[in-house]
Amino acid sequence: MTLLLFDLSVLSISVLAGILGSLLGLGGGIIIIPVLTLLFNIDIRYAIGASIVSVIATSSGAAAAYVRERMTNLRVAMVLELATSAGALTGAYLAGLLTVRWLYVIFGIVMGYSALMMFRKRHQSAEDEAIPAPWADYLKLHSSYYDEASGREIIYRVARTRVGLGLMYIAGVVSGLLGIGSGALKVPAMDLAMRLPIKVSTATSNFMIGVTAAASAGVYFARGDIDPFVAAPVATGVLLGAVLGSRLLGRMQSATIRMVFVIVLLWVSGQMLLKGIRG
Amino acid sequence: MSEIQTPEFSPELEVEERVRKVELLISNLLRTGVIFSLGLIVLGTVVSFAQHPEYLTERFSVGSASAPRTAILHSLSDVAAGLKAFNGEAIVTLGILLLIATPVVRVGVSIFAFIYQRDRLYTFITATVFCLLLLSFVLGKVE
Repeated sequence: MTLLLFDLSVLSISVLAGILGSLLGLGGGIIIIPVLTLLFNIDIRYAIGASIVSVIATSSGAAAAYVRERMTNLRVAMVLELATSAGALTGAYLAGLLTVRWLYVIFGIVMGYSALMMFRKRHQSAEDEAIPAPWADYLKLHSSYYDEASGREIIYRVARTRVGLGLMYIAGVVSGLLGIGSGALKVPAMDLAMRLPIKVSTATSNFMIGVTAAASAGVYFARGDIDPFVAAPVATGVLLGAVLGSRLLGRMQSATIRMVFVIVLLWVSGQMLLKGIRG
Repeated sequence: MSEIQTPEFSPELEVEERVRKVELLISNLLRTGVIFSLGLIVLGTVVSFAQHPEYLTERFSVGSASAPRTAILHSLSDVAAGLKAFNGEAIVTLGILLLIATPVVRVGVSIFAFIYQRDRLYTFITATVFCLLLLSFVLGKVE
């Protein structure tokens, strides 16, 4: 394969990864890593390096629009980033000490269960009932966004901030240890525990994953894992895809976003279980 | 937003406006970072094709474990040297580094944004996040 052909094919797949990642608040690594290693025979080191770059590209590419449209809850993001960055530090420290294999099994099960709960929640609306939330009141987390699909302002309250912080810490540890799956844990935590609307959950997760990934990207760069030949088409495609995706999210039905997320989460959960069982 | 004019001074409205300004600042910062890194990555790719016309026609094994790793620049001085030689891969790498730096700069700028909003609690929260980020950068380098 010539380099030109490689660039063009990776670019087009990366556009898709960018669209999906920006809609669902995921990094796109779930597409990029298998595509690069299985389809193009790229060494896993460089595939992971490119995937870290793709996470940052998804985040920054879409966040400009999401922040402007108030789909991202900046305060929730800042508060939760405390927990994820502390978690990522812990994860990096624990990396040599734990058997990673069991973590894949445990989090495979956790993700499968989250997918099920998110599917069951599909008919519920976030505005149903107000539960007391002293932490969210104090941190002024409640907010609203204009929903293009339904043509109205959605006012929402944030609940169970402490549970959310705990889950985000765990999500940070997992991403520090396994290097993947941080968005796949962040969205369910915001959706199920903190009761944010699904679009706010994915947009806020999208905003946050860039920070976590940037913190570890320096290490990958210094190690020489970021190959410009691999990362260039990935970054370009994912950036374009993320910009496209960020135009779409507002117009899409929340129920559709939820269903697509549930399907992708089940798939990620299956991948993790397989990895854990096969060793 | 700005169409609504209130004659009397309202502190709440002023807070709203400051919050909105900060949102736009962060949004523009991210957009600028993305545009510049995208531009550099595309430029670098075009330059490396121009410097090596054989990339268009010859077989090339990208990122395989056995491939020679001369193209991978993994220190800032490597990148600087490559840029002086107008090397395509160095321009791409600079674009990727800019992309990596964007979220970190975003957190840094947010600290000042919350100072501007006169929000002490969030200034503290954001500054702590920024320190944790720098810490993981530093600890990562040691390893």
